[in-house]
Amino acid sequence: MANPMPARAADQSGTATSDAIVEVRDICKRYGDIEALRGINLEFERGKLTTLLGPSGCGKTTLLKIIAGLVPATSGQIRINGKVVTGPGPERAFVFQDFALMPWATVLRNVGFGLELKGVPQAERHRIAKHYIGEVGLSGFEEKYPHELSGGMRQRVGIARAFSVNADVLLLDEPFSAVDEQNRRKFQEDLLQLVEKERKTFLFVTHSIEEAVYVSDRIVLLSPRPGRVSQIIEPNIDRSAAPDVIRRDKGYLDVVEEIWQGLRQYAE
Amino acid sequence: MHMAATPHKVSATGGAGSGSSTIVETLAEFARRRKSFWVVVSLATLFTAWEIAGRVPISFAFPTFLETLAALIEMALDGTLLPAYAITFQPLVIGVAVSAVLGIGLGIAMGLSDKAEWLLAPVFIVLQAAPMAALVPLVTFVYGIGLVAKTLAVIMLALPVIVLNSYKAVRHVNPSLVDMCRSFQGTRLQQISKIIIPDATPVLFAGLRLGIAAGFIGVMLAELLITPTGIGDLITYHRSIANYAHMYAAVASIIAVSTITLAALQYIEVRFLRPEKRRK
Repeated sequence: MANPMPARAADQSGTATSDAIVEVRDICKRYGDIEALRGINLEFERGKLTTLLGPSGCGKTTLLKIIAGLVPATSGQIRINGKVVTGPGPERAFVFQDFALMPWATVLRNVGFGLELKGVPQAERHRIAKHYIGEVGLSGFEEKYPHELSGGMRQRVGIARAFSVNADVLLLDEPFSAVDEQNRRKFQEDLLQLVEKERKTFLFVTHSIEEAVYVSDRIVLLSPRPGRVSQIIEPNIDRSAAPDVIRRDKGYLDVVEEIWQGLRQYAE
Repeated sequence: MHMAATPHKVSATGGAGSGSSTIVETLAEFARRRKSFWVVVSLATLFTAWEIAGRVPISFAFPTFLETLAALIEMALDGTLLPAYAITFQPLVIGVAVSAVLGIGLGIAMGLSDKAEWLLAPVFIVLQAAPMAALVPLVTFVYGIGLVAKTLAVIMLALPVIVLNSYKAVRHVNPSLVDMCRSFQGTRLQQISKIIIPDATPVLFAGLRLGIAAGFIGVMLAELLITPTGIGDLITYHRSIANYAHMYAAVASIIAVSTITLAALQYIEVRFLRPEKRRK
């Protein structure tokens, strides 16, 4: 079931498939003397969920923020739909690890904030925001403030906000790390349904191996100091099965084990 | 003491569940529900201690609370208190208004721009550390003894506090919210108006409250050190004729006005600018 591939494929930047929506070309990032990322070459296929996985310090969040245009790269290029980008753009939406919700605004205004910045009229943005609040399962919470919601519900608001702007690519930076374990599992299941339904490209950063294997079409393993691509794995898990069946599947467990074997050398 | 103990015993033996509420129970329930109960207890304790200290007496120049209260009512009724406030408020209101507008403006500019920070921060850090009362006589040499000098005294005390707090408020804005605004392609102006200023509001207002408190200090320094006018005149005059109850009444009234002003500002902030705070 599992079909792990060596990292070699990722280094051959010339083999661009026509359907790569995000292309990462020779990205390097230095913070003073510290080399955070070295020579990253990756392609992200349209409509797939790709996970960036690695131990802390491997630069996975930095890479995601470079793709988002929030952090400038020291060298290299990011191309979205074939065009080089240098800053944030409407084709990408970001989901933050700490939710980044405005505490003074209601759920409705938070979800519609991306549209508000673009000058979408209030009635229109409320209509869209309400639709996505329903999609993430928060109907009835429109007039609540973030501090009245649990961590999991707050991140649902963050995801609804990212969906509202109708971007092609969703960039999720450890979206569930501040959510407790039970809610995290429910969340992962809901996310898979949204991926199925919304037909968008997802780039997902996590440090949880199980989470990566459970949700991803493709897993990019990064190694630390400096951050490099060490391996690319395609779990090939049949997601039509029930969640508890997937979590007990031999193939699923094998991939988890394999990734752990690859990463254990970096554990302290 | 004995009176209070009796109903308490009743409630302990047969009061539970019967629905009959005694004075103690009602009071306990009221205290649980309303924070204002403890405010009243706190003030009552202070005033009782004052009354006792006045009756001992700890000094012939220290009036009791009730004498002071009587003097305050007398001054309020005979028309000396209100005109005095009308005079004191002129430099205070002008000075605080100028400090608020200028202070928040400069503070935000310093928070947003490194150059503005390097240019202005050292000046205001020195000004905040300086004992301003020592500089008030200098103001008199330059600007005389009129409204300008007194307004300047207020500004000298209020402005540095407001500037430095506004600056800190902007610097401590959640960087993740700013990133969020950028990721949705918010312009710099949208970033400032929709994220930075709203997120800085609590600290901006904390600075404003400190600034207004400093402004009250400034106006009293001006009225006591430059020329006695307004409330400063009332204090000086009644001290000179050994009318201590009236002197204390003037002092207590300015403390009360200052406290109420700060409480009102906090109310306005929560009521109009922090909608999420209104819900518990």
